[in-house]
Amino acid sequence: MHKIVAREQLSPNVTRLVIEAPRIAEIRRPGQFVIVRLGHGAERIPLTIADADPEAGTISLIIQSVGKSTMDLVDLDVGGSIEDVVGPLGRPTDLIESGHAVCVGGGVGTAVVYPIAQELHRRGVQVTSVIGGRSREWVILEAELGTAGTVVTCTDDGSYGRPGFVTEAVKDLCEAGGIDAVYAVGPVPMMRAISALTRPYDIPTTVSLNSIMVDGTGMCGGCRVVVDGETRYACVDGPEFDGHTVDFDLLMDRLTTYRQFEQEALARRQACLIPALAASAAAGGDAVSAAPAKAKA
Amino acid sequence: MTERVPEDRPPLERVPLTNRERMAIERHPMPERPADIRAHNFEEVNLGYSDLLAIAEAERCLQCRNPKCIEGCPVRVNIPRFIDLLAHGDVPAAAESLLDDNALPCVTGRVCPQETQCEKLCLRAKKGTPVAIGYLERYVADWAQAHPEAMTEHSHSPAGRSVAIVGSGPAGLTAAGELVKLGYAVTVFEAFHAPGGVLIYGIPEFRLPKDIVAREVERLVAEGVRIEKNSVIGKTFTLPEVRERFDAVFLAVGAGLPVFMNVPGENLKGVYSANEYLTRVNLMGAWNRDSDTPVLHGQRVAVVGGGNVAMDSVRTARRLGADDAVIVYRRGHEELPARAEEVHHAEQEGVRFELLAAPVEVLGDDGGGFRGVRCIRMSLGEPDASGRARPEPIPGSEFEIPCEMVVVAIGTRSNPLLTSTAPDLRVNQGGYIEIDQTGMTSMPGVFAGGDIVRGAATVILAMGDGKRAAASIDAYLRGAPAAESAPTSIG
Repeated sequence: MHKIVAREQLSPNVTRLVIEAPRIAEIRRPGQFVIVRLGHGAERIPLTIADADPEAGTISLIIQSVGKSTMDLVDLDVGGSIEDVVGPLGRPTDLIESGHAVCVGGGVGTAVVYPIAQELHRRGVQVTSVIGGRSREWVILEAELGTAGTVVTCTDDGSYGRPGFVTEAVKDLCEAGGIDAVYAVGPVPMMRAISALTRPYDIPTTVSLNSIMVDGTGMCGGCRVVVDGETRYACVDGPEFDGHTVDFDLLMDRLTTYRQFEQEALARRQACLIPALAASAAAGGDAVSAAPAKAKA
Repeated sequence: MTERVPEDRPPLERVPLTNRERMAIERHPMPERPADIRAHNFEEVNLGYSDLLAIAEAERCLQCRNPKCIEGCPVRVNIPRFIDLLAHGDVPAAAESLLDDNALPCVTGRVCPQETQCEKLCLRAKKGTPVAIGYLERYVADWAQAHPEAMTEHSHSPAGRSVAIVGSGPAGLTAAGELVKLGYAVTVFEAFHAPGGVLIYGIPEFRLPKDIVAREVERLVAEGVRIEKNSVIGKTFTLPEVRERFDAVFLAVGAGLPVFMNVPGENLKGVYSANEYLTRVNLMGAWNRDSDTPVLHGQRVAVVGGGNVAMDSVRTARRLGADDAVIVYRRGHEELPARAEEVHHAEQEGVRFELLAAPVEVLGDDGGGFRGVRCIRMSLGEPDASGRARPEPIPGSEFEIPCEMVVVAIGTRSNPLLTSTAPDLRVNQGGYIEIDQTGMTSMPGVFAGGDIVRGAATVILAMGDGKRAAASIDAYLRGAPAAESAPTSIG
């Protein structure tokens, strides 16, 4: 059992959970992930380790609640627990030792670039983080990334920071020159766009692939991706690969394998939630104010 | 449920049969759930012998003075002894005898290929049908599991030494059972959230119910075996770290990576490795509505391969609603490597066999969907290196099998996750661990067995390796100095 020791809402659908996992906290490195399973009947979900405190024996997981399983997870509160946490899995990020790195985070992908930026900064690399969200409330980890270098924050609607997509800000940085490496994590179209725009500048670009997986040890092959024309497993060969050689179309397609199942599971969850809310409201409970926000996400 | 003998009834006085009378008894078939019903659910196919059937079948055993059946058993179960006790109606003694030899008899009684092992060598097979050793083993083992109170509790004198076992599949659990009996402090590391390895993620519920495996594991835990789940050796701990903290180590991690066909279209969604398909259905319980783990339910499913894993996959697909569930195998019916019973059950359940055929391409449609699999007809040529007839494609014989899903069940290979973190561990070209005649690897005190040594094989061969490794570890530790501390956990 892994206790939740802290919980924080970072954006309307992104939550940080700090959980007890002493061994993983001690040995994890940037780029690695864990697989969590809430309890009986729950799915195994891969999540990047966003941060760790070896002394406290805790790791931070940043979770975007988009489906039934992630919603169940972020419904946990301090004092609750997750039955299974296994890791650290995957290969650590290959990091440059000096120079100037650009860390690009889109949405919850910002949680994956955060430990990378931290470690680069510790090594003395100049770090510029470019992060983005739909609007101000969707921007996460801006202050944390600020401790590891310069941050350029973009919002699609221009409500905060630089108006527009992260790609435009990255393009400007590439134009200005002097970039030794780009680390980009976010939605697949964003990673594809960043990889496409760094290619003409010949800047090594690392992306982190969030393919569907079960065991995380190479056993199932469900996470297979094609990189440089070869089939690779994101769980053991990755999750990070050279963005210039990844077949993003295939990744996008495989990510939709269970779309119908996911929609049905979500609908069932919401259908269960509504009578519970009605009962709670009738009893004068306070679940009404909290639950719709979760249901919406 | 089968009818059980009431506890208080004394064993029946039986007049010993003559061999002629024993020979006159015909083999008792296994009662089965009807094929048309079971093809749509996950309940166990074989129902097990009743008490009367078991004793009647036990009486068929001639109690050979020089029993060949034992030689056919990779874990050397003293078969005539337990059958004799059973024939005399002394089921508790038969159970004690069986459990002395075999740590997982409920499992082997269900999944062993008896027809190529013990039963093949049974004297009665020469002039008819062999004694149904597997069915009798299952009967006795199930009785023991249902009557824990009737079994003698073994208290093991502690040997003061610790052994780590990596992997909780059949090899690991067998070694754990043997070593705990010898008094060692045994810790089993399992990567998944539940112990059992292939018994849990691979073999389906309808062939090996998961609560049976769970109870076999509980029995080992009650005897003192400690299980550390969610521990990936090679990631959570390296092998050298484990070695440092235990007096000996047994590596039984299985052959973990799926082999794909290497044909175009293989990465389309809708193509599963058997490992993934069966893990989703079995370990993650996707066959059950309460599970959050999804699995695709094809109406038409092609399963590539002819072994037990292929049969498990195709019968699973049938149960998940496939109207057309077809085995695509490159050799003929005679060459199918699966157990005869599995092939027979698959046929009864309406599985179609497309034999002497091999896939050449998985076909997508223009809309990103799935159209089927293009195959080529094969003919059997001269024997190849494995001694089996080599299948050769017949030019121009391509044909299409329309389907929405393909499961690839053509084998597994070694997983480098553990071996790559242990530079001192010698592996061969295929990545399998090399061992000496005692089962020890190139790292002193580190032993290995099961599929990570021999390549993909059967549950019982892995169990045989586990039993032999336990004996070697015992011999090694009797002659070796103790580690500085003897922990049972390294968490």
